[in-house]
Amino acid sequence: MAAKQAGARIVSDFILETRGLTKHYGGVHALTDASFTLKRGEHVAIMGDNGAGKSTFVRQITGVEQPTRGEIIFDGNAHLFNSPIAAREAGIEAVFQTLALADDLDVPSNLFLGREKIRWNLGPFSILDRRAMREATMAALVKTGVKIPNLSNTIRNMSGGQRQCVAIARTAAFKSKLVIMDEPTAALGVQETAQVENIIRTLKEAGEPLILISHNMRQVFDLVDRIVVFRRGRIVANLAKEDTDGQDVVSYITGAKTGAEFEGAA
Amino acid sequence: MANGEALHGVGGLTYDPSRRALPPELNVLIALVAITVVFELLNRYNFGWLWNDLPFQQGKSFLFNTRDNLDTLFNEQRINIILLQVAITGIIAIGVTQVIILGGIDLSSGSIVGATAMIAMSFAQTATVNGNPNPKAIFGEGFMDLWVLVPILVGLTCGLIAGCVNGRLVAYTRIPPFIATLGMMVSARGVAKWWSNGNPVSFPTESYASLSNGDMLGGMTFGLLSWSGQNPALVFFLLAILFHLIMTYTLYGKRCYAIGSNEAAARMSGINIARHKVLVYTIAGLLAGVAAILLTSKTLTAQAGMGVMLELDAIAMAVIGGVSLTGGRGSIIGTVLGALIFSVIISGFTSIQLDAYYQEMVKGAIIVGAVVMDQWRQSKRGRG
Ligand SMILES: Nc1ncnc2c1ncn2[C@@H]1O[C@H](COP(=O)(O)OP(=O)(O)OP(=O)(O)O)[C@@H](O)[C@H]1O
Ligand SMILES: [Mg+2]
Repeated sequence: MAAKQAGARIVSDFILETRGLTKHYGGVHALTDASFTLKRGEHVAIMGDNGAGKSTFVRQITGVEQPTRGEIIFDGNAHLFNSPIAAREAGIEAVFQTLALADDLDVPSNLFLGREKIRWNLGPFSILDRRAMREATMAALVKTGVKIPNLSNTIRNMSGGQRQCVAIARTAAFKSKLVIMDEPTAALGVQETAQVENIIRTLKEAGEPLILISHNMRQVFDLVDRIVVFRRGRIVANLAKEDTDGQDVVSYITGAKTGAEFEGAA
Repeated sequence: MANGEALHGVGGLTYDPSRRALPPELNVLIALVAITVVFELLNRYNFGWLWNDLPFQQGKSFLFNTRDNLDTLFNEQRINIILLQVAITGIIAIGVTQVIILGGIDLSSGSIVGATAMIAMSFAQTATVNGNPNPKAIFGEGFMDLWVLVPILVGLTCGLIAGCVNGRLVAYTRIPPFIATLGMMVSARGVAKWWSNGNPVSFPTESYASLSNGDMLGGMTFGLLSWSGQNPALVFFLLAILFHLIMTYTLYGKRCYAIGSNEAAARMSGINIARHKVLVYTIAGLLAGVAAILLTSKTLTAQAGMGVMLELDAIAMAVIGGVSLTGGRGSIIGTVLGALIFSVIISGFTSIQLDAYYQEMVKGAIIVGAVVMDQWRQSKRGRG
């Protein structure tokens, strides 16, 4: 385990908590003082305009980048994931907006990118277990209902939707404690969107917590329990689904309104 | 899904799994055959009606044995020359291929050959030449007539260190690989010249000379087979097979392709990119070291100018063989075929007695042409 652990185990019903999470890219304050909580089994949507800092937030939690400041408490432990592997080993699976697929590799290689199944361990020259990866890929695709018959096709030759499906199947194929999806249905057609939404519902039934980033209001209201709104790098609203509606959320996104507890933030 | 037609992906198009796309290496193989045939025809027939005053004599064969001694079908001499030419540069090209697939480039391999040749050869010298003390001696008595493993290990270590420096520069600084390895290209050449103040290092021990000139295949098969004087070609083919297997079946290969095709994705997937890059450049340096040892053993001398421009030949071989300069695509098999094409062209020009100046011009054109072809393949592929 590469994750640094600090402090004692805190008993908590939160699977994820961030305190004052901040990320600056040089002079760009992409994320400022984001304090966020996610209960076990809860599904939360993050909404906000383009460039609001949603993906930046995800990159800090998943160890892709190191935050400038702030704390991440995952599953009761304070963590600073120094690599995506560390976050993944701790149990966070993510579909990134950029999909993070290797275009020249086939489907199984992409599904197992960074955690290949090994037949003989010879360090960096370990022999891959190609058949096992292929079979596991089949199983994952069947489980998620994604149809890609030619697994040896490279990702480059696939449609945008198929690529997205591969990225989603990748999170669904592995056991995890938290799933994060950054605009998973952005490129998908009607049927495929429904498919992904079904995958998300299955996660809900299984009690797996989820952070969903989406611009699709209908989808958000269909799927999640709570909506968190980002604006210009800050969290400006934290709304239970029952207490809000589309109009309300839009006014938070555009800046017409700011949540009471976030006054003075943005 | 394994048999019959299946629906293709989310759009529901029909897909017939029995009709697979052909491997891209097939095109390279066809090109190799075609080029060989062209030279065969040029050698055999009188194209005087097409081209006045041909400088060479027709009615010979390029590939086949046309003399009356019918015990060999092929023109063995020519084929041996082709293979020898291909072997040294080809060994370098195997390393360069991995670097390019990784999304990098290595301009330093020719200079690493130069520096390694000088240093390794210095540990391979004999004390006496025809009863006289070795006139080219670099070290004193104590470093003469060493066990053959010493210069081999020294040479491999030189290549390894140079490659490792390349790798660290590329992986841990923000210097683009082109610049980092260009620096190494200049520095390593400097080392080669400084080592003996520009003097050649000559007169190796017999065992060192036999590394290239002996009959390793004979030794390996207990005399069953024999391929005397072709050890570099043998080593080239063995290394090609080894690295083909590594690139195809191991984590190492998978990571080269993954990083080369999308470095950000590889990083997000948790691959330790820096460590892998160091490893790949180190292996490329090591292979340049192997090439240097075989080259000096073959020529029995090391000169500071050895391996000049070899890196470009190696890159050209890889690109001709279908390795994409943008990374992520290509194979060792492709490079081996590309190397053969390269060598057949050079040796074909010699066979039609094309002037050496023209040969260099054409070689330059081949290198540019290969890159143009790569660009063309990219654009034909469309997306990405
Ligand atoms: N590596 C980087 N270097 C500099 N600025 C960056 C970097 N990554 C993101 N930014 C900036 O940070 C801000 C937030 O970007 P982010 O990708 O988090 O937006 P987002 O909310 O995900 O938007 P979208 O809905 O378009 O995906 C943007 O202004 C962006 O330009
Ligand atoms: Mg985003």
